[in-house]
Amino acid sequence: MKYFVLLLTFTATLSCTSPKYAVTKIEGKKIGITESQVGKSEIENYIKPYRDKIDADLNEVLAYSPENLDKSGEWQTNIGCFLADITFEKSNPIFEKRTSKKIDICLLNHGGIRTIIPKGPVTARNAYEVMPFENSAVVIGLPSEQITEIANYIVNEKKPHPLAGLTFTIAKDNTVKDLLVQGKPLEANRTYYVVTSDYLSNGGDNMTFFKKGTSRVDLDYKLRNIIIDYFKDVDTLRVNKTIRITKE
Amino acid sequence: MKRRDFIKKSVVSSAFYSLAGLSLSSFKSENSKHITILHTNDVHSYIDPFPPNHPKNPNMGGVARRAALIETIRKENPNVLLLDAGDIFQGTPYFNYYGGELEFKLMNMMGYEIATIGNHDFDNGIDGLLAQLPNANFDFVSANYDFKNTVLDGHVKPYKITHVAGVKIGVFGLGVELEGLVDKKNCKETKYNDPIEVATDMARILKVEKKCDLVICLSHIGYSYKEEPNKVCDLHLARKTKDIDLIIGGHTHTFLDKPVIEKNLVGNDVLINQVGCYGLNLGRIDFYLTSDNQVAAKGKSIIV
Repeated sequence: MKYFVLLLTFTATLSCTSPKYAVTKIEGKKIGITESQVGKSEIENYIKPYRDKIDADLNEVLAYSPENLDKSGEWQTNIGCFLADITFEKSNPIFEKRTSKKIDICLLNHGGIRTIIPKGPVTARNAYEVMPFENSAVVIGLPSEQITEIANYIVNEKKPHPLAGLTFTIAKDNTVKDLLVQGKPLEANRTYYVVTSDYLSNGGDNMTFFKKGTSRVDLDYKLRNIIIDYFKDVDTLRVNKTIRITKE
Repeated sequence: MKRRDFIKKSVVSSAFYSLAGLSLSSFKSENSKHITILHTNDVHSYIDPFPPNHPKNPNMGGVARRAALIETIRKENPNVLLLDAGDIFQGTPYFNYYGGELEFKLMNMMGYEIATIGNHDFDNGIDGLLAQLPNANFDFVSANYDFKNTVLDGHVKPYKITHVAGVKIGVFGLGVELEGLVDKKNCKETKYNDPIEVATDMARILKVEKKCDLVICLSHIGYSYKEEPNKVCDLHLARKTKDIDLIIGGHTHTFLDKPVIEKNLVGNDVLINQVGCYGLNLGRIDFYLTSDNQVAAKGKSIIV
């Protein structure tokens, strides 16, 4: 009997060493970082030289945004329309010069728009923040089947991917109808030229239809530089909110 | 505190033991420990506060302020573990200009101890990440990315065990599916393994073999996906594993007002927290622990 007690005590001691501590209470919360919190000057001073160099490059006001361009909207957003339109507009002359062909469609990705453009003065910094990635414009030649595939992809993804040149309607049964490219019905056995980013052309965001492309032209033009160059071209940003995708 | 605290008794039997006052008085004994976990995710190179005219986050965020806040908390309780759940890189010109150098150096100054790797941390290629590692005085953990055939081999460990005030804490990392998200030219031969399987192994190793008092998962797999309910996410991770105490999430930029409590595979509580993005918030989880078996037997309360 003595041994039994000893054994029990021994096991109890062993088990409480592994692990040693047990949780009795947990508290959790989110603390907002607001202006009421005074910044640590040591950190501020450390950042300053890094910031000054960037500010010198990027703080010049290039244009004016007449409204907040943001990512809200079910099938399209004003910032998405804006970016697709200017990417189309800036890429087409380069593509035409190199290939004597015209771009039909621009497709970018909603997730690639990293922030909004607030109403007011815009600078190159806005372009960096909206499009921080080092992605470049690429034109992919796609058979007409893949244009239908693009529309189906958008419907399935349920995301307002930036789109220009392509319009369609989502029927009540979730099928695609009234698909038009540059206002004309899709022609079978024709190649359509779609400008997108190199990231998406490699199948990024699961845009696998780009892998079925029959031709590829790298424009060597960064998407961010497209935005910056557009800012330099205009006084006020032109935002065309024409409906591209209609839901029945 | 206008917010109504949600108090959850995880062990019903604690009612049998509830002798008023006993639990409070025993807290101050030498057997009890108080650990504060502070965390961020998806800071995306946001170093300066948002400008006052910003429509969404006016005057929010900023590293200098976060550093001051962390310092204040450390003065209250020196037993702090500061963690980041990935996507440190990419989002402001600081990254385009300096490649992540400033982000890492500032994290050193704030005393970050462990971080995991997010998909955007590959944005300058795996070589770009490797090149910045000497600037980081903290460790990177990732258990489900296999870097064996890449330049990162040997630089990233699956987990790290750290001791805070004598409490043994095991922290492991999980990364998101790379296919269709990260360009192959950036992540090269990095192999993605199933997060649930890997987490099951990690939790067993850390809790059972290494006998960690707390097991924390730094997860960049995302909180949940409304349009893809079957896609692996932190909610699935919490429900399908055991022995994880806390999941600190990232990737989906989810602003949880407070940590979410889920039941794990064996019916125990797991906390999941994620604090949005861009350094707008700091997450804080306080663990109170005891080595006194009698106190421990009364179970735990979770106040969120």
